[in-house]
Amino acid sequence: MTIFREPDYGTPARSSAEMITLSIDGEAVSVPAGTSVMRAAELIGNRIPKLCATDSMEPFGSCRLCLVEIEGRRGMPASCTTPVEAGMVVRTHSTQLAEVRRGVMELYISDHPLDCLTCSANGNCELQDMAGVVGLREVRYGMEGRNHFDAHSAVAPDVSNPYFSFDAAKCIVCSRCVRACDEIQGTFALTISGRGFDSRVTAGIEQSFLDSDCVSCGACVQACPTATLMEKSVIELGQAEKSITTTCAYCGVGCSFKAEVKGNEVVRMVPDKDGKANMGHSCVKGRFAWGYATHPDRITTPMIRNTIDEPWQKVSWETALNHAASEFRRIQSKHGRNAVGGITSSRCTNEETYLVQKLVRAAFGNNNVDTCARVCHSPTGYGLKQTLGESAGTQTFDSVLQADVVMVIGANPTEGHPVFGSLLKRRLREGAKLIVIDPRSIELVKTPHVQADYHLKLMPGTNVAVANALAHVIVTEGLVDSAYVAARCEDAAFQQWCEFVARAENSPEATAAITGVAAEAVRGAARLYARGAVNTSADAGADACAKRHNAAIYYGLGVTEHAQGSTMVMAIANLAMATGNVGRMGVGVNPLRGQNNVQGSCDMGSFPHELPGYRHVSDSSTRGLFEAAWDVSLDPEPGLRIPNMFEAALDGSFRGLYVQGEDIAQSDPNIQHVEAALRALECLVVQDIFLNETAKFAHVFLPGSSFLEKDGTFTNSERRISRVRKVMPPLAGMADWEVTIALAQALGYAMDYAHPSAIMDEIARLTPTFKGVSYARLDELGSIQWPCNDEAPAGTPIMHVDTFVRGKGRFMLTAYVATDERASKRFPLLLTTGRILSQYNVGAQTRRTANLVWHAEDVLEIHPHDAEERGIKDGDWAGVASRAGDTVLRANVTERVQPGVVYTTFHFPESGANVVTTDNSDWATNCPEYKVTAVQVVAVNQPSDWQQRHREFSARQQAYLEAARGQRKTGKDRVDA
Amino acid sequence: MDIDKLVRMANSIGHHFAAYPDREEAMASIAHHIEMSWTPQMRRELLSHASQPASTHGLQALVADALAKHLVLPASTSDA
Ligand code: SF4
Ligand code: SF4
Ligand code: SF4
Ligand code: FES
Repeated sequence: MTIFREPDYGTPARSSAEMITLSIDGEAVSVPAGTSVMRAAELIGNRIPKLCATDSMEPFGSCRLCLVEIEGRRGMPASCTTPVEAGMVVRTHSTQLAEVRRGVMELYISDHPLDCLTCSANGNCELQDMAGVVGLREVRYGMEGRNHFDAHSAVAPDVSNPYFSFDAAKCIVCSRCVRACDEIQGTFALTISGRGFDSRVTAGIEQSFLDSDCVSCGACVQACPTATLMEKSVIELGQAEKSITTTCAYCGVGCSFKAEVKGNEVVRMVPDKDGKANMGHSCVKGRFAWGYATHPDRITTPMIRNTIDEPWQKVSWETALNHAASEFRRIQSKHGRNAVGGITSSRCTNEETYLVQKLVRAAFGNNNVDTCARVCHSPTGYGLKQTLGESAGTQTFDSVLQADVVMVIGANPTEGHPVFGSLLKRRLREGAKLIVIDPRSIELVKTPHVQADYHLKLMPGTNVAVANALAHVIVTEGLVDSAYVAARCEDAAFQQWCEFVARAENSPEATAAITGVAAEAVRGAARLYARGAVNTSADAGADACAKRHNAAIYYGLGVTEHAQGSTMVMAIANLAMATGNVGRMGVGVNPLRGQNNVQGSCDMGSFPHELPGYRHVSDSSTRGLFEAAWDVSLDPEPGLRIPNMFEAALDGSFRGLYVQGEDIAQSDPNIQHVEAALRALECLVVQDIFLNETAKFAHVFLPGSSFLEKDGTFTNSERRISRVRKVMPPLAGMADWEVTIALAQALGYAMDYAHPSAIMDEIARLTPTFKGVSYARLDELGSIQWPCNDEAPAGTPIMHVDTFVRGKGRFMLTAYVATDERASKRFPLLLTTGRILSQYNVGAQTRRTANLVWHAEDVLEIHPHDAEERGIKDGDWAGVASRAGDTVLRANVTERVQPGVVYTTFHFPESGANVVTTDNSDWATNCPEYKVTAVQVVAVNQPSDWQQRHREFSARQQAYLEAARGQRKTGKDRVDA
Repeated sequence: MDIDKLVRMANSIGHHFAAYPDREEAMASIAHHIEMSWTPQMRRELLSHASQPASTHGLQALVADALAKHLVLPASTSDA
């Protein structure tokens, strides 16, 4: 439970349109059919004592504390499991009820230690509260009998999980944790073993929490009404005194959290029940892995140096900023206005991102600004804009609860977007059908109570061929929703597309040789997606379409990070339009964004060709708007993209770069090439919370601030703008937005904002889709999904409802073009990359938390057949080489990958996964092809040359940092650190 | 910039639009795409490279024709 009590109605809300009226304690109350008596009573403020019920899960009826009297019924039914009926007359309190409840409580307490004063839940315990509410004054049974708590009966607490402990002595066996794990998280890690007195909660098969299937989401901890499951931070620090609502800074789900704090210290993070993206749930990262924010590696003083081969020097903010500004100006006067640029961060707030692109466009005077979305979801922006007219996903997360068929392509929601993954699993347990298109057997393919109806286990790099084959079946078997297409899409483009996909070369039979997926599976999946019925034959086609079912596509970086990433995004949009699956709840095209603010950083004009709101720089009326507001003239030509910046750095035309909160030297492909480019820069300014890989090549280091240290907003995968609120002051004295303002100032361009809310006001003034957004509105509504304007003052959960944003939907031709990264004699395997639950992106944050217990190094997954051929055993060192470079990783021999495919993650810099990836990229956006690299794998017994060099280089840079740490700052406005 | 990379990028754009049966439309789309996403300097370098004989520039015919026929460079240099 949370200390700042949110109302708990005991059982979940029901959505029935039928209203039932009953009487509770003499008061008439109307509630939707299916509502429990408990909830109805709570709604009129008559709270019924309860222990096993809580409104985040279905009622269970085990504690018998919530008994009520109902006229005309015998006995005392449990109010949590009794649905309301019309005309019911309920009494929630009577002498008799009070007596029975006291009796129930007495039994519980007779097997409970009376430790309240020294207990971690003291002051925040439902058992304690209920004892108070029922007026328990004595326990007649004595405490000497058989029990679970005294010295010789108690089992030692399970402290194996780094973040929470399990103390069975305090357990009342209400099953809330078990049900939370099943219903909310969907992991099924807990059970009640034994019966009667012997019944107790167990993780896995008599395992510790850490060894069980538990993924440490914390749902059980939150559900526990006692101190049994408790955050270690609370045990250590005590209950918090203040609660501040903010937004998680990890993945694109964008969970809303209550940061519970004492002074400036976070005691725990509790997912917010009212948070519309997460509805009270979260994952291990957001709930527990926030300790990095106060990690000793944080750098809190600005530093400068002349070359990267000398130690850092601590300086004042003023010195650092003036130095950076004068370097940028010097470079520009010598090498031209376009010789410098900036990179915005998907981990920073919208306001901060907006300011960095403004600084580049207005103060640098060019469009050389890009963002890390370049390397993840830029194809989404391009592909969806071309087809549907807006560079964003079409749905709200909730929509999945109305989907009948879900197609997951190149995404691993249970690891990458865990809270959405849990919601999806819930829908699948309710019976929705599932199609997975992925080269790996991701968890969703088979997990407790969920099994994919189709898993199209394709070869990496053949997405488009599979999508075209699906489209072929839909068109040739008459599965197109013709009425929808006729009403909503451009006819000529549609006809051209039909002709194209119907060609024999796109049939599942023809593409099977390329994709490795059996034709029958593709046909079955296409029918299921288009029509909703499993395994029905081709005939019956057209009229089965008459009954509209909802089919939704969710996709991730396995779609975008390919040479044909943009093509695949368009192919997905084509499928959705052809089957009428855009524009209502339960359907849609849903990109799952990687980092927390990928959507936001794209919205804020971080791309070199687009001003905020996805308006091209060549559009003179938009430019005019910004020119007037910013009082500058803007360049009408696109600037350099990140990979172009590297090329330009190597040819000497680009020499200065300002990087906010990104680690391009770890996250970008073909690292050795990136490193060469960074070394060629004359002035690299890195703003970050740690000395990351990129900072090792920097000349100016500006300390950044974590999400706990500033105000702002993040925009998640469903276009939801949520507030980030300051919980503690910035460790370095300035929040990132203030640093950018100060840098602009030093460059001679004044930016005048007293608070991030003023930045948002400017964004709203200049961007039509944000017109109605303000901090006041966000406080009022909790969060807002853009577009938010006069037509949609409360935002837009579902897009393209009656028409597409671009007017008519446009089908695009999506010819399959084989990638240059093909398996060859020299490089016979295909390497694909991904991520795991406990680590996040380049790992700079999660590597500095106890999440290391789950993943302390990146490993190479390899199929037993390929491993055996190479004499590699599980746990051996394996050398992975591509045409770009080579690295060494520990092998994990597993059938999760298919023969011919190897897989790894890139959470640790020293594993060098990106030494191997190449600079092959998406044709439209230059998003790198991380998902396909032709490689050879061999057994080795030492790290690669790059790894050895990297180790040395890192050690040297670390020494340069340590040297600075010992110093006092220089510069005239010295403030002591 | 590394001209081989620019050629490779241009060719991959060409591969995509080659699917369009109307060659005129494909050429216009290729040129438009490059104009909307490449810096003037990159366009200039590609265009000057494309003026070499077809046997040496390494560009697909469709791309080379698209550049010759449609690619517009900014009137004045904005790289000053
Ligand atoms: S769990 Fe609750 S009732 Fe039990 S000792 Fe702790 S505070 Fe008291
Ligand atoms: S932390 Fe989550 S996964 Fe682990 S047992 Fe609790 S609810 Fe289940
Ligand atoms: S990482 Fe993602 S799923 Fe986990 S808490 Fe944060 S936003 Fe939610
Ligand atoms: S709350 Fe109803 S039986 Fe426990």
